[in-house]
Amino acid sequence: MDPKLGAIEPGQTCPICGNSIRACPGHFGHIELALPVVNVLFVKNIYELLRATCNKCGRIKIAPQDAERYIRYLKRLKDRYPYLARRFSEYVKKQAIKASKCPHCGAEQPKIKLEKPTTFVEYYEERKAMIRLNPLIIRSRLERIPNEDLEILGYDSKDSRPEWMVFTVLPVPPTSIRPSILIETGIRSEDDLTHKLVDIIRTNERLREHIVSGAPQIIIDDLWELLQYHVTTYLDNEVPGLPPAKHRSGRPLKTLVQRLKGKEGRFRGNLSGKRVDYSARTVISPDPYLSINEVGIPIDVAKTLTVPERVTDLNIDELRRHILNGPEKWPGANYIVTQDGRRIDLRYVKDRKSIAESLAPGYIVERHLKDGDIVIFNRQPSLHRMSMMGHVVKVLPGRTFRLHLAVCPPYNADFDGDEMNLHVPQTEEARAEARYLLKVQYNILTPRYGGIIIGGIQDYISGAYMLTIKSTLLTREEVMELLASSGIVKEPLEPAILSPKRLWIGKQIVSMFLPEDFDYQGRANISSGPLKCEDIECFWDSFVLVRKGKLLLGVIDKKIIGAEQQESLLYWLAKEYGIEFTTKFIDHIFRMFIKILEKRGFTLKLDDVAIDMATKSNMYSLLNESFKRVEELVQKYVEGTLEVVPGRSLEESLEIKILEVLAEARDRAGEEAVSNLNPFNHAFIMARTGARGNVLNLTQMAATLGQMTVRGERIWRGYMGRTLPHFKKNDLGPIARGFVVNSFFNGLSVTEMFMHAAGGREGLVDTAVRTSQSGYMQRRLINALQDLYVEYDYTVRDSTGSIIQFIYGEDGADPSKTPYTTIINVDRIVGKVIGWGR
Amino acid sequence: MVSKKKSSSIDVKILEHELVPKHVIVDIDEGIKILKQYGIKPEQLPWLRASDPVARAIGAKPGDIVKIVRKSPTGGEVIVYRYVVPG
Ligand SMILES: [Mg+2]
Ligand SMILES: [Zn+2]
Ligand SMILES: [Zn+2]
Repeated sequence: MDPKLGAIEPGQTCPICGNSIRACPGHFGHIELALPVVNVLFVKNIYELLRATCNKCGRIKIAPQDAERYIRYLKRLKDRYPYLARRFSEYVKKQAIKASKCPHCGAEQPKIKLEKPTTFVEYYEERKAMIRLNPLIIRSRLERIPNEDLEILGYDSKDSRPEWMVFTVLPVPPTSIRPSILIETGIRSEDDLTHKLVDIIRTNERLREHIVSGAPQIIIDDLWELLQYHVTTYLDNEVPGLPPAKHRSGRPLKTLVQRLKGKEGRFRGNLSGKRVDYSARTVISPDPYLSINEVGIPIDVAKTLTVPERVTDLNIDELRRHILNGPEKWPGANYIVTQDGRRIDLRYVKDRKSIAESLAPGYIVERHLKDGDIVIFNRQPSLHRMSMMGHVVKVLPGRTFRLHLAVCPPYNADFDGDEMNLHVPQTEEARAEARYLLKVQYNILTPRYGGIIIGGIQDYISGAYMLTIKSTLLTREEVMELLASSGIVKEPLEPAILSPKRLWIGKQIVSMFLPEDFDYQGRANISSGPLKCEDIECFWDSFVLVRKGKLLLGVIDKKIIGAEQQESLLYWLAKEYGIEFTTKFIDHIFRMFIKILEKRGFTLKLDDVAIDMATKSNMYSLLNESFKRVEELVQKYVEGTLEVVPGRSLEESLEIKILEVLAEARDRAGEEAVSNLNPFNHAFIMARTGARGNVLNLTQMAATLGQMTVRGERIWRGYMGRTLPHFKKNDLGPIARGFVVNSFFNGLSVTEMFMHAAGGREGLVDTAVRTSQSGYMQRRLINALQDLYVEYDYTVRDSTGSIIQFIYGEDGADPSKTPYTTIINVDRIVGKVIGWGR
Repeated sequence: MVSKKKSSSIDVKILEHELVPKHVIVDIDEGIKILKQYGIKPEQLPWLRASDPVARAIGAKPGDIVKIVRKSPTGGEVIVYRYVVPG
C-alpha cells in the first residue's frame, strides 16, 4: 500500500500531513483512466441531457425566444417556490426531449436509447442505422452543453458540469477507509474496495498497453467494456442487468453504494442508530411486589453499569464507601475521574484505602447502579413513546430484569423469553428528564386517546372479580391477611355480617382503598348477554356503583380496572386524584388481588370445558340439522334452483350460504355448551371478566372448532376435486371442506387436524407479512412527521415554520388530557355537581 | 406554458357538492392581517394549486389567499387558509 494514502500502522508518520495514525485523516490518490467510463450513478442524468440537447451543437432543443422566457420565469420561481421551479424544469426538459429537430442548427435528432446499465445507442430511423455512443462521444457531447441551457434544465453549472458524470480520472480513497485485516495465520485479507481497485488498475493498464501497441479496435473495445464493468461495480455492486462482482468464495463484494444503503448501511446502521455504552439487555420476568415505577436489576448488571457522581461535602463519605468496595463488590465503583481529568481504573488500584482518602470535592466517581437511580427501560419494537419509560432501580439477586405486570401492556411484553434493554442516563439533565417526564407513572394515560394504558391484566382481573363477588365472605383473619399483603395498616370497617360470625365482603375491602369522596358508576365487563345491566337496578351485580368512596354495587373486572379501557374506575381515579395517588393505588390494591387468588387457588382444568352427555347430544343434533341444510343447499345448487346472491356467481353464492349456515351452527353449538357450564368455572370466569380468553375460545374447547378457512373460503385446494384422499371427489359437504366437528376437549380426527393446520398456517403467514408491511409504513410516517411541532399559537408547524395545521387537531386539545373523543365529559360533571341519575 | 382551459360547467357545480367546503378569496387587507397573525410569509401557508378544480371554479389566481370554512369531527367548524400557487 502506498504510504502517501495515509498512516495506517501505529508509530508510522504520514509523509503527507506528518501526523501519526491517530491524527492522520488519510489522503486520496487517483487513477488516470486510459479511456473515460460512464459513472453508473448518473446514467439517468446523462440519458436525460443527451436527449434534451442537440447532438450537433449541444444546445437545449428549445426555440431561443422561448428559452429566454423560460429562464426569466424560472428565476422568479426559484426565489419563491423552489419546489415549483424543480417541477418547471422537469416540464421544460420533457418539451426539449420531444423535439425531433434542433431549433438552433436545424439538425435532425436521432432517437437515443439507454441499454441498461451504461450503454447508450443512437437510432437513425430513416437510414435504419444504429450507432453505439462510447463514453468519449458522450463526454464530448456533454461538454458542448452551454451553462445557460443547463440552468433551464435545473443543473447548477458552477457545482456540477455534466461532463463530470463521465470519469477520466478515478479517485482512490485512503487506506483508512478500506483497511486490510490480519488473520491469525499471518495472511493479510484486503477490503472489498481494495480488491475492486486492483481489478480497475489491472484492466486499465492492459487497456493502456493495447492502445500504445496499436491493437485492433475489437480488443480495445472489449477491454474498455471490462473497465466500465469494474468501475460500475466498484461504485454499485447491485446494478440491475449486471452480474455482481464476486469474491473468490462466491460472496458478492460490498462496494461503495452497499456501504451506505439499507438498514445495516452507514446511515441507518451507524449514524441514525448506533450501539451505545451504559446499556444492558437480558430476559425479563415478572415481580408483582415491585412498584410499577421500579425495575429489578441483577447485581451483575448493577456492577457493570455506572453513574458518574460528582463528589461534594454531602456525599463524600458514601462515595468513599463505594470506592472501598471496589469494582467487585456491590455497591462499589469502577472508575474515579480526578479534577485534572485523569481516569483511575479501580480494577488496577492495589490500595483502595489511600485512594478513598485522597478523594476530594470536585472528583467524579463512576459508582455502581444502586436502588433509587433512574434508568430508561425499553422493549422493541419501539412503536410509541411508552416503549421507553423511566424506571427506578431496585437491585435484586438473579439474572433477569424484573418488572411489574401492570406495565406489560405499554411495552407489549410477556415472559415467554422476551428480552428488554436498559439505558443509564449519564448527565444530570438526562436524569431529571427521565425522572420527571419519562417515569412510568407519567405514562399511565396514553397520549394516543387519553385512556389508561397501565392497569390490570389477567390474574389481577380474575382476582378482583373473585374478591368482589357477592359470595366472597371473609373472616377477620382473612381480611387482615389481605390488607397486610397490600401493605395497608388500617382497622377494617364494620363487618357486613355480624351474626352468627363477623364476616366482611370483598367490596368493603376494596372501598378501603378508594378516596372518601370518589363517585363512579359504569357497567362491568360481565354485563353482557343474560347478565346485562344498564343501571343500578341490577340483579346480576354487573353494574358498578361507587358513592363517597364506597363500592356499593357490582363486581370489579376488566372494564373497571383493566388496561386500555375507556372511562374506567381507574381512569377517573387517575384524572381526579392524580398520578401519584393512582400509582400507589395500583401498587397496593393489585397485590391484594393476587393474594386472594393465592389463598383460594385459581387454575384452569380439563373439567372446566367438559360438557355432559345431554348437552353433547343436543349440540350434535344442532350440528346435524345444519349439515342437513348444507346438504339441501348443495342439492339446490346441483339442480340449479339455488338463489344467486346479487353480484356473485352461482358457486360463490353456494359458498357464502354454506359459510353462513355453518357459522351459525358453531355459534349455536357454542351457546348450548357454554350455557351449560358452571358459572363459577374458572375458564368461564376468565372469559366473562375479560381476564383471558373469550367465548369463542370456550366454544372451541368445549363444543366445536367450527369451519376452518383459508382466505375467507372453505378449504378446497389439494387434489383434483378434493382436499384429501379421504374424501370422495367433488364432495361439497361440511366435513370434506374443513368443518371441524370435534372440540379441543374431544380431540381432532386426522382429517380435521389437517384442516385446522391449514387454517392456522394462514394466521402465521398473515402476522409475519402484516408486521413487516406495517413496520415500513410506520417508518415512512415517522420520517414524514418527526419534525412537526405545536407552536405557542396552537398551530402545527414544520421545521421551516410553515403551517401544517391551523389549530392542532382542529380543536387544540391534548388527547392525553381529554376523555375519549371529547374535550370534557359533561355527564360526569353534572353528576358530580347536582347528583347522579337525574 | 400551461394553457388555461375554459372553465366548464362542472367547475361551478362542484361548489354545490356537500363534500366541498366553502372557499372564499380573501381581500388584500385581510390577507395581510392573516399573515401578520401567524407571523409568516405567504408561501408558508399550505398551498392550493391554481389548477385545483375549486380554485378554478372560484377564479383564484396565483398569489391569492383562499379561506376555507369546513366542518371537522373534532373542532366543529374550522377556518383554514390556502395560498394559491401556479400550476
Ligand atoms: Mg413474548
Ligand atoms: Zn496524513
Ligand atoms: Zn443543434
